[in-house]
Amino acid sequence: MFTAFLIKYAEIGVKGKNRYLFENALVQQIKYALKKCEGEFAVRKTDGRIYVDAVSEFDYEETVEHLQKVFGISGICPMVHVEDEGFEKLKETILGYIDAVYPDKNRSFKVAARRARKNYPLNSMEINMELGGVILDAYPTMHVDVHKPDILLHVEIRDKVYIYSKIIPGPGGMPVGTGGKAMLLLSGGIDSPVAGWMIAKRGVKIDAVYFHAPPYTSERAKQKVVDLAARVAAYTGPIYLHVINFTDIQLYIYDKCPHDELTIIMRRYMMRIAERIARDTQCLGLITGESIGQVASQTMHSLMATNEVCELPVYRPLIGFDKMEIVDISEKIDTYETSIQPYEDCCTIFVAKHPVTKPNLKIIRRHEQNLEEKIEELVQTALDTEELIIVK
Amino acid sequence: MEVYLDNSATTRCYDEVAELVYKVMCKDYGNPSSLHHKGVEAEQYLRYARQTLAGLMKVNEKEILFTSGGTESDNIALIGAAMAHYRRGRHLITTRMEHPAVLQTMAYLEKQGFEVTYLPVDRLGRISLEDLERAIRQDTILVSIMHVNNEIGSVQPIAEAGELVKRCNAQTLFHVDAVQGFGKFRIYPSRMNIDLMSVSAHKIHGPKGVGFLYIRDGARVNPILYGGGQQKGMRSGTENVPGIAGLAKAAEMVYAGLDRDVDRMYELRRMLIEGVSRIEDVRVNGCPDREGAPHIVSLSVRGVRSEVLLHALEDKEIYVSAGSACSSNKPQISDTLKAIGVERDLLSSTIRFSISVFTTEEEIRYTIQALEEMIPMLRKYSRH
Repeated sequence: MFTAFLIKYAEIGVKGKNRYLFENALVQQIKYALKKCEGEFAVRKTDGRIYVDAVSEFDYEETVEHLQKVFGISGICPMVHVEDEGFEKLKETILGYIDAVYPDKNRSFKVAARRARKNYPLNSMEINMELGGVILDAYPTMHVDVHKPDILLHVEIRDKVYIYSKIIPGPGGMPVGTGGKAMLLLSGGIDSPVAGWMIAKRGVKIDAVYFHAPPYTSERAKQKVVDLAARVAAYTGPIYLHVINFTDIQLYIYDKCPHDELTIIMRRYMMRIAERIARDTQCLGLITGESIGQVASQTMHSLMATNEVCELPVYRPLIGFDKMEIVDISEKIDTYETSIQPYEDCCTIFVAKHPVTKPNLKIIRRHEQNLEEKIEELVQTALDTEELIIVK
Repeated sequence: MEVYLDNSATTRCYDEVAELVYKVMCKDYGNPSSLHHKGVEAEQYLRYARQTLAGLMKVNEKEILFTSGGTESDNIALIGAAMAHYRRGRHLITTRMEHPAVLQTMAYLEKQGFEVTYLPVDRLGRISLEDLERAIRQDTILVSIMHVNNEIGSVQPIAEAGELVKRCNAQTLFHVDAVQGFGKFRIYPSRMNIDLMSVSAHKIHGPKGVGFLYIRDGARVNPILYGGGQQKGMRSGTENVPGIAGLAKAAEMVYAGLDRDVDRMYELRRMLIEGVSRIEDVRVNGCPDREGAPHIVSLSVRGVRSEVLLHALEDKEIYVSAGSACSSNKPQISDTLKAIGVERDLLSSTIRFSISVFTTEEEIRYTIQALEEMIPMLRKYSRH
């Protein structure tokens, strides 16, 4: 029965002079999301609001599901919109609406009319009273509550008449593309897709880098990462996934450095490589899924050691999260099932039984000097041979 | 050079089979249950397939039940027999190194209140007939033994086991999972006291999703699928006519060159085993000689994880199978390898090569060479 949606956005509303930039971005993101839905839609920005009108038959459930993935939307109000054919006709429409949307009539309600078209014969107060009376007459079990109604029935008189009462929560945040771009280190685990999602929610466009180590990691491990990127891309739009072959670098570190420092040195090189790709692709920062103390390479000491190799800011949105809290989000954004597929990633293949948890920076730097001879060449080769996958 | 050595997983379809399947799908596509000419025509394919398979095994046509493959055949044999005979007894016997299609079905039956005895196997993966004799009881309704093991290629003494089962308890049904053995050995169910036998088409260069269960005339088994009553009510559902036609064609072709092809496969297998035996610390699991199956070689390579070796071989376009799928977070150790007592640290270092009629000497030489080069290199880098 619904034929349109009113899109509510919370945070953008308080922006100042550049508010229109955020609104335009949101309109763009909504249009992009709707492309994947059956049916045709017109997205309009009028009177400080965004409307999505269905201009053909459409699939309601599917449309809501896609709109719920557009950052910047705080609420989605499904609406009925009809031509203005006089007040008598409107009364009928209202009763029909209540009957269809609320089969259980044992509820309180309030009518909130808004007369944007000032030449309408009744003013807002009159519309409220008239329609309230009509509803009470038709459905005696309903009653009016002006303070905390179960149903807040909005009736807006514009070029057409819009009726809505339900608000479906959106994901919040800001429209993707309003906050620059960042490079996500995507591993295939539970954390990194969540971290990317959280930063994207603040309006940031995401690109990603994945370190592949054949034959130690399999093609399926890579496919898993592509699948994860696709889940995140449902919210963020297309993700450019840079696949870096990391095997030779890893084996070289294995040859030249103490094994208990392998993970930390490896991660330092991952950060260095990620930063170089980030700079080449105009990213303003790196994103990782690290959380303090989760594993040996994520202690404060280890984070300091991995952090010092890059100049770009490293965003770690999960830094204070417990594993269970991260799992909750990953279930919500539908990455969990993919993340737990048991394919080995390159961080675990050579991991020492007891890796250092409090790496000493001086010693790490000294051991990295063992790599001087070939490492730059290996890094360059890895960058030159990257595989770029555009994940939609 | 692409070298496909994963024929125990699945085989390349014969061209002639694929052509026939295509013809049945696009030209003679009728439903065998339809009354009109198109239906009769389709039914002819089923009749011909039954005749062909029955002829190869020297059994009666009506003893062939078409299924979706090995797993379904095993399920009908086990669950169907258990349901038909539970009043007489609730004891079943199988071995510790069956395919999951049997082991998991047995586990399901255990949950339903049946008792299952699992026979141990020796280091070469063979059961002992004495163990079997001791296990058979008055209330044993079914014995299920795999003909050729899919992971290490050991061959069970099926004929002797069949005779023993019938001698100990004439009422006990004898099921053979012959998915890996059919087309490598000539199996005559009626002469080997086999009541039920599972076969799959895609292991013998036929299409996937089709197979059959031999059910000896008089052996009582309940259906597990109900519906339109096709195949005399034993397995409802429109018959997979293209698949069945392909199955029969593949079986016919495999049998046509059976002795010569099997000799050749044994020769290739011997070459491969000899070649890899020269590499330090590599162990062949199962029987290396003609006691084992002609197409399967299982190797344990100390110090190299099977998955890594598999992907390294893949890099050279050599396709094999990990003897035991294993990863750091979820070890899935193979029951078969444990059953034959493979050392713990070799369990996740075992890979399987499996040969087919399409395999060439050159491919085997290339594979040996690749292994010789690769194994020392991979051993250098390992987890500590």
